[in-house]
Amino acid sequence: MEENFLSFEDVSFQYQEDQPWILNKLNISIHPNEWVAIIGHNGSGKSTIAKLMNGLLFPQEGTISVADMTLDEQTIWEIRKRVGMVFQNPDNQFVGTTVIDDVAFGLENHGVPRPEMVKRIEASLRTVGMNGYENHEPHRLSGGQKQRVAIASVLAVAPDLVILDEATAMLDPKGRREIMETVRHLRNERDVSIVTITHDLNEVTYADRVIVMNDGEVWYEGTPRDVFSKQKELQEIGLGTPLVTQLAHELGALGLDFSKEPMNHNELVDELWKYHSMT
Amino acid sequence: MEISFDDVKYIYQPNSPFEHRAIDNLSFTIPSGSFVAVIGHTGSGKSTMIQHLNGLLIPTHGEVRVGDFSLKADRKKTNLKALREQVGVVFQYPEHQLFEETIQKDIAFGPSNFGVSEEEIQRRIHSSLQAVGLSSDMLERSPFDLSGGQMRRVAIAGVLAMEPNVLVLDEPTAGLDPKGQREIMDMFHDLHEDKGLTTVLVTHSMEDALAYADYCIVMDHGEMYMQGKPLEVFRQKEALNAVGLEVPEIIELLAKLEAELDISIPYEKQSLQELATLINSKLKGGAST
Amino acid sequence: MNSSMVIGQYVPGKSIVHELDPRTKISIIFFFVIIVFFANSFMSYLLLTLFAVGSVFITRIPLSFIVKGLKPVWFIIIFTFFLHVFMTKEGNILFTIFSYPIYSGALIQGISISLRFFLLILVTSMLTLTTTPISITDAIESLLDPLKKLRFPVHELALMMSISLRFIPTLMQETEKISKAQASRGVDFRSGPIKERMKAIVPLLVPLFVSAFKRAEELAMAMEARGYQGGEGRTKLRELVLTKKDYYVIAFFILVITGVFLTRQ
Repeated sequence: MEENFLSFEDVSFQYQEDQPWILNKLNISIHPNEWVAIIGHNGSGKSTIAKLMNGLLFPQEGTISVADMTLDEQTIWEIRKRVGMVFQNPDNQFVGTTVIDDVAFGLENHGVPRPEMVKRIEASLRTVGMNGYENHEPHRLSGGQKQRVAIASVLAVAPDLVILDEATAMLDPKGRREIMETVRHLRNERDVSIVTITHDLNEVTYADRVIVMNDGEVWYEGTPRDVFSKQKELQEIGLGTPLVTQLAHELGALGLDFSKEPMNHNELVDELWKYHSMT
Repeated sequence: MEISFDDVKYIYQPNSPFEHRAIDNLSFTIPSGSFVAVIGHTGSGKSTMIQHLNGLLIPTHGEVRVGDFSLKADRKKTNLKALREQVGVVFQYPEHQLFEETIQKDIAFGPSNFGVSEEEIQRRIHSSLQAVGLSSDMLERSPFDLSGGQMRRVAIAGVLAMEPNVLVLDEPTAGLDPKGQREIMDMFHDLHEDKGLTTVLVTHSMEDALAYADYCIVMDHGEMYMQGKPLEVFRQKEALNAVGLEVPEIIELLAKLEAELDISIPYEKQSLQELATLINSKLKGGAST
Repeated sequence: MNSSMVIGQYVPGKSIVHELDPRTKISIIFFFVIIVFFANSFMSYLLLTLFAVGSVFITRIPLSFIVKGLKPVWFIIIFTFFLHVFMTKEGNILFTIFSYPIYSGALIQGISISLRFFLLILVTSMLTLTTTPISITDAIESLLDPLKKLRFPVHELALMMSISLRFIPTLMQETEKISKAQASRGVDFRSGPIKERMKAIVPLLVPLFVSAFKRAEELAMAMEARGYQGGEGRTKLRELVLTKKDYYVIAFFILVITGVFLTRQ
């Protein structure tokens, strides 16, 4: 059994007392170096989970622990150092007047000495491929570039977990590709856990594990392959599956038996190749 | 209404250090009643182009014609207000334009600016609210109390209440979840059919262009890069990739099957089930099919 | 994107004036503004004018750009001149215009007042022309630092200034977008009686405020998530360091001041 970096124990949350529970006795955990995707239709409680993870919201019931600390008023600032978050709107999280000022903001807050700051800014801008843009102002950057700066800003503080809360929702396809490449590159380069909250099914296929939320509860948890094999059930709770898995299902209905559920074009071609070579 | 661009050029801030040519040499004709998708990556001039359709921008050179209206650099006498009544524009994130205290007032805002009678406005409020799938008992509520998806529907209803002949949609589903995106696009498609509108859709989604449009305009660097029926345009995968655009995933996948398995299936909007049957028979039957 | 409106009109460059510590520039300008009112002789005015015009030349910013920037104030300068020329009745009558006597004292008064005015504006605009708004903010924060002991929220003030600077272009883009959306719904911002045009502002202002509040809320959350908890215990990336250049320039400026006092009458 792997140790947990972050865990929710029986966590319940409501925005106001007279309003319905958004989350209901939720138990989830994130392991070190793991990439977890959280999906669910609007209002399923996905984004609330993200905000609970670094204490932007506090649960009414249950406990949240991060790196062996219980999240409370005392540990909150230490936990925010460990858990970084990238939000949806690229414009509304850019604090600095230039790229370099924005990356520095988190470091300044945590009292990092200046020489160390300069080093970390350099390194994290390099990780997201935004070195060379140090003195650019936000309004001269594309949405994808702004989100990469947001990721760099979070990375500079050296967190153990980075949460992307619908960080690609407002981007064009090019911006989305940039962010996904950045995240994959990041995983190769550093030891860090990733939580992506997303509607984009193709983003989900890269995760190690998927948590499917429905009505404030974990509806299903498993690898992307497991999750997408439940095509019909997913549709019932308002979620789709990637085109490849849909086509694989249609082929399956015609009697083609796949050794594993294909998750991308290459895997589908590989599976079909078996049948092709048989003839 | 027929829309045509004749050698249109638009320059932002001419004769200044910030001069920027946003579109150039743009000529095309959209027949009345068609559903056109305008595609191109960010900065290709799509937004500048559609702002000519209701006279928010006047061409620096060339002529834009929308029905009987004409927009030309040297002739500024066009009755813009009459044009704007005919051409409804749904901007990106249209919920940002809501401002009235009640949903009813906000939807009425457009038609009342164009001098529509009170009785007629009431009729339109109900019909446009129905078109966007909201119920009439919400009319007295504040638009700011709604969820994001509902706010967008109210904003769209505000444009529909103008009862335009041309509907211009600038990425109308941006930021919505997949289910919401599909619902909104289906709604526009139904409206297009029912009312015989001319619809211009700016989109990043090749899937939507393929599913809903009957004609595609591909822009790059402010110029026309390609135009034609969606299936014709998306057959040219290399040309689209060259300007940073993808083809719809299903076409990409079929191309891969052809390249690697030598299974050739021309895409003609078959359902996934039909495609699966075709793939299956080609795989098993080999040369016999 | 309305880039014709450049906030603070910063013109990038590599001159010595550009590279000075912003605190040096602000302090010099502060004292210059005071000294100008002490000048009362031809020599003292000459010294100050040489100092101001000289530093303009050193910046290598095209003169046409500066003259353009002064456009709105030319009228006030000329108006001040004529006001003094016609109103003052000191010294000898030099000549008469349309039987209105012009005194020698009036001419001197008119010239010196409008010259003072001109110098003030020239020197202060030099600050914004050669310094980025964010450096000015840093300098103000640093210069006001002693006030922290009096619990004056210096850090918060500086942060507010820099965030406003950051969001000005964003809000300008937003204004343009909303006004286009409303124009498409039949609002006419450009013509019609004043009353109608005032009414047309409402559909623009309400969405702008709504969106500004939403932005503020999200920004606050993002800042909190990134560990912002006030000025306490913060370090700073932007460091202001006085170099030799600053000391030379300050020394030179002290010479100018001394010169002004020596040549006073």
